[in-house]
Amino acid sequence: MIITTTKGDMDDSLLEHRQGSLDNENEYTTWDEYYLDGELVHRSVHVTLKKMPSFAVGATASF
Amino acid sequence: MCTSFMGELMTATHNFTTGTGNTFKAALYFTTATLNASTTAYSTTGEITNTSGTGYTAGGVTVTNGTSPTATNTSVTAGAAYWTPTASFQWTALTVTTAFDTVLLYNSSASGKAVSVHTFGAQTITAGTFTLTMPTNSSSAALLRLTTT
Repeated sequence: MIITTTKGDMDDSLLEHRQGSLDNENEYTTWDEYYLDGELVHRSVHVTLKKMPSFAVGATASF
Repeated sequence: MCTSFMGELMTATHNFTTGTGNTFKAALYFTTATLNASTTAYSTTGEITNTSGTGYTAGGVTVTNGTSPTATNTSVTAGAAYWTPTASFQWTALTVTTAFDTVLLYNSSASGKAVSVHTFGAQTITAGTFTLTMPTNSSSAALLRLTTT
């Protein structure tokens, strides 16, 4: 697979691949990092927003 | 959700109708920016800039609005109105090595008036893609939700 890097397009076989994730009540996030000789040359992130806090604009008594 | 937005709903400032409504945009901000419920409009102050390349354009991306807002009663005394963009926000060929953690949703048809501010874990991008996927468009999880209790 070809990866876009700061050094140009490179085959992923030449790179060290690291992945990570974060999961909490606000988001589920994953990231992919590629390193060339220890240097970060590609990092992509995918954040999925979860439930957003609602904003109450009324109360039963106000009907 | 921005407090000014709630007031502006009462003055018909914002129209989320699919097709004929306003154009909404999403802009990213560095962790050092101060955006919160008191934010009233889009500003370039604190907005991310490209470390290299042209992956990010000031003002952000246009939001896809494929579904108009929904309003539903959850009981005889309570209900919810909600709306969620129908596509992810995405920036490609992006390099931003200063951390960012905030997205501002704003109405570009109404002088950039702010709609809502959403934060996430601080991120950097290197020659990559940043994708922000929306929550489920439901009364309990939508990106924008107004509820009566």
